[in-house]
Amino acid sequence: MSSYAKPVEILIDELGRLPGIGPKSAQRIAFHLLKVDPIDARRLSEAISDVKEKVSFCERCFNISEGAECTICNNPQRDQHVICVVEEPKDIAALEKTGSFKGRYHVLLGAINHLEGIGPDQLKIKELVLRVASEDITEVILCTNPNIEGEITASYLATKVLADFDVKVSRLASGLPVGGDLEYADELTLGRALEGRQTVG
Amino acid sequence: MPHFRDDGVVIRTYKLGEADRIVIIYTRGRGKIRAVAKGIRKTKSKFGARLDPASIVHIQCYEGRNLDIVTQVESREIFVDLRSNLDSFGRAAVLLEIVDQVAVESESNPALYKLLTGALAELNRSANPMVVPAFVAKVLALEGVQPYLDACVNCEATENIVALDISAGGVLCQDCRRGEPLSHEARQALLLVFDGQVRAALEMTSEKVVNELEGLSARMIEQHIERRLRTSDVLQQFH
Repeated sequence: MSSYAKPVEILIDELGRLPGIGPKSAQRIAFHLLKVDPIDARRLSEAISDVKEKVSFCERCFNISEGAECTICNNPQRDQHVICVVEEPKDIAALEKTGSFKGRYHVLLGAINHLEGIGPDQLKIKELVLRVASEDITEVILCTNPNIEGEITASYLATKVLADFDVKVSRLASGLPVGGDLEYADELTLGRALEGRQTVG
Repeated sequence: MPHFRDDGVVIRTYKLGEADRIVIIYTRGRGKIRAVAKGIRKTKSKFGARLDPASIVHIQCYEGRNLDIVTQVESREIFVDLRSNLDSFGRAAVLLEIVDQVAVESESNPALYKLLTGALAELNRSANPMVVPAFVAKVLALEGVQPYLDACVNCEATENIVALDISAGGVLCQDCRRGEPLSHEARQALLLVFDGQVRAALEMTSEKVVNELEGLSARMIEQHIERRLRTSDVLQQFH
């Protein structure tokens, strides 16, 4: 049915497999690539093959990393006694942008989700226990997502996994987003914000 | 009628695209529906935590061609204690998976809705392990595949009932026994549930009966839905 040359057709097919890219967008990108300078096209293809060859998970924290250990674990200036537990490497980027956290991370690569069949054994929880047992950790901050899967994961870690260790375990505060109206807050969030209220003045 | 409103229980959610989720809701009037909650994963979403699994909500949706679009959500029940208790939530997840499997899209079943909301409220009060077996028994009865417990399905003897053959759908006496062993107490608990005395069955929480009925109910429902329960496999990992 398709009247394009074979290589173009293959390119459109491959692009169409990417998330959020339908057949029409794939066609538009393919024709754009046909038009651009060969150097630009090669840079893109090298970027893709480099990322597959050179990037793997950090052996210590399971962040994405170029070597055996990621840049955060390798940085001696960071506090080595505090671990921040997150679900995905993407979450590290969000926390790093705040500039408020100076410790190291641990990526679980997911959250407990009963309905998807993901339990503690499918996550990097054993590895977290090993770190807490061997690395002289004083505090573990649970930074899982504030949805039900994240909360269940945090409560599992706090009550069943980390309770046996002499470490401070804390959880991200939850409350109202800055810049919104109170009337639109859901009951759960507003309730938590009330519980976590702070004295002023 | 492009818009509709209904009460429903959030059964499960899937991520969709950058910030959306598909939510599967078991509604009182329309059975299982699938709807898109746009922007729900953004921290400033107007839906907030309202559409987390196991909560009861009043929703307004815009009827789409394949998927409906959620336009407004109000919470009916948040079940704060259920969310914070690992055992309660694990058991609630089993109930949700069962309903997801047996419910038919856009076909209302008020009895199943009432059963689900009642069981979730019970789990919010306490992590009673008998809730799951009682719920399974009730669901099987609603589905018309309630096991026959009164007499041996082979020889009609009413004494010395010792086994339950799930595929035959009934109990067996000492002489004809095959299938799973069934204790007197476990049979009594099931009889109470089918007799409408669920409260009394929920109080039979001796460890022996609980363990026996947890295993039996999982196998009975798996036989009915012809699939393994993923949630009960995950629940095993917690112990």
